[in-house]
Amino acid sequence: MASVPTTGPAARPGSRTVRRFRRNFSAMLGLGLFILLVVLALLGPFFTADPLAQQLANKLKPPSPQHFLGTDQLGRDVWSRVVHGAAISLRVGFLVVLLSAAVGIVVGLVAGSLGGTADNVLMRVTDIFFAFPSLILAMAIAAALGPNLNNTILAVAAVSWPVYARLVRAQALALREREFVEAARALGARTPRVLWRHILPNSLTPVMVQASFDVGGAILTAAGLSFVGFGAQPPTPEWGAMVSEARNYIDVAFWASVAPAVAIMLTVLAFNLLGDALRDVLDPRGRD
Amino acid sequence: MFAYLVRRLFFVVFVVWGVTFATFFISQVVPADPALAALGDNAREDQIKEFRERNGLNKPAYVQYAVYMGKLLRGDLGQSLRTSRPVADDLREFFPATVELSLAAFLIAILIGVPFGVVAALNQNRPPDVTVRILALLGGAVPVFFLGILLLEVFHRQLGWFPGPGRLDPYALTPPRVTGFMAVDTLLARDPRTFLDSLYHLVLPAVVLGSASAALLARMTRGAMLEVLSQDYIRTARAKGAANNAVIRRHAAKNAALPVLTVLGGLLGGLLSGAVLTETIFSWPGIGRYVTTSASSLDFPAVMGVTLLAGLTYALINLAVDLLYAYIDPRIKYG
Repeated sequence: MASVPTTGPAARPGSRTVRRFRRNFSAMLGLGLFILLVVLALLGPFFTADPLAQQLANKLKPPSPQHFLGTDQLGRDVWSRVVHGAAISLRVGFLVVLLSAAVGIVVGLVAGSLGGTADNVLMRVTDIFFAFPSLILAMAIAAALGPNLNNTILAVAAVSWPVYARLVRAQALALREREFVEAARALGARTPRVLWRHILPNSLTPVMVQASFDVGGAILTAAGLSFVGFGAQPPTPEWGAMVSEARNYIDVAFWASVAPAVAIMLTVLAFNLLGDALRDVLDPRGRD
Repeated sequence: MFAYLVRRLFFVVFVVWGVTFATFFISQVVPADPALAALGDNAREDQIKEFRERNGLNKPAYVQYAVYMGKLLRGDLGQSLRTSRPVADDLREFFPATVELSLAAFLIAILIGVPFGVVAALNQNRPPDVTVRILALLGGAVPVFFLGILLLEVFHRQLGWFPGPGRLDPYALTPPRVTGFMAVDTLLARDPRTFLDSLYHLVLPAVVLGSASAALLARMTRGAMLEVLSQDYIRTARAKGAANNAVIRRHAAKNAALPVLTVLGGLLGGLLSGAVLTETIFSWPGIGRYVTTSASSLDFPAVMGVTLLAGLTYALINLAVDLLYAYIDPRIKYG
């Protein structure tokens, strides 16, 4: 990516970042996919058929003008189910990341700013969670709480927070030595205020990069859990569950399982591209 | 070095303890009842009572935990609520299949990921690089369960190039179990045909399980290689007239290996526990499939056993990677 140096007083601080983002093809592709997905998730349900309506006489029909992506084994419209699934997957992805980032940020801030025993204890707990086989733990949690989407979100969040704790702790450790933090303290700011107003905002860059990768990762994990029966239950139009339901008909009606799988893939791709782009733009040193 | 090793081994023990504690904690706070799960919703009151007493579920949580830990120290992982067998026996039976599959997937990931990454780096921004980057992006985004279904459908059912689910052909003579590794056991039984059959059965599931790792590895290798190739010592070597091949092999490859090695350790650990979905699709009799059925019947001793085993493996692999570091990078000294 060739970046042209911006000159002149008119260039606002953020505009250079925005320009670099816009020059990056894969970033724009990721953003485009993401916007498309959000629009589909928000508006799609108003323009598509009932995703649960069965028409057994019409089952396993190939794509046609009436059924853009064909019908599945129960005669349901695959396109409508894929569109309704977008909202479900986006919700899962965002909620998992919000939950796990919130927990991780608190743990990381506390560990990094208090130091000493608190830091040690919290980081050892984090180490343990890193050693956990995340999918297995998520499965156990989801099975124990009862298989449904909300528990899937909890389960995936429960295994995704440690990475944020490590990131934020490292940032907090570095930032607390900086002059502006010292200045804030010298002016009499108490620890919570220093953490909230000075350390947290300045440690958000790596968190945002990680978060955009994790939305995709969480969607993949949740789809996998649904696929093996620990997540969304049929007839919910969740993409992983759809693939699972339609897999036995792949030889006669491949569209019913390929469509939701491609939807998962494009969604994850969008967030991975966005993550790459954010890292390139926000943190030029971390570029690969 | 010795002190470091002791400290790290202590850490392994600590992590494993932490895993037992956390899993036990989860099994206690969840609202689900293993007795109902094992006996069904229609179980009578006295059956449930008897089941709880037999499995020690009527005792307070801390007693249950103490009993569990006491047994664990003697190598006893408790009894599976579902199979009524010692969990340790179940793990012994299923773990080798998972290790065999993971190692095969690991090998495939390296064989694909590393060369692709190197080729991409040496051709930065040219067609080979762009191709590798696109493949890596797709490989990281495709759901592993769908890839499994797709490859089975295309390469097994449609084309017939590869065998279907399972570790051996249904008509093959299963070798006497010695190690649990099918490829090893068939060799020990001096049965080359079944040996080849077992390898043949490994290909599809290993490709499926290894694809995401291959994608990640290609990206990592490319990044590490580009980083190294931009260093001054590479320019020096070139300036001194070293042939391109020699520069890459002698100067670049070894230095680029270090960050890749870190990823490798994590990958292998991830493969072992990530085999859940692949094993389900390929009817692979490993701990992934075991833990899936165990979790759905709330068989917590079994789930704890698997988690423990996976945690231990992860910790040991990380230790091995750290020690390998010292071997590859002489600058690292352990105090």
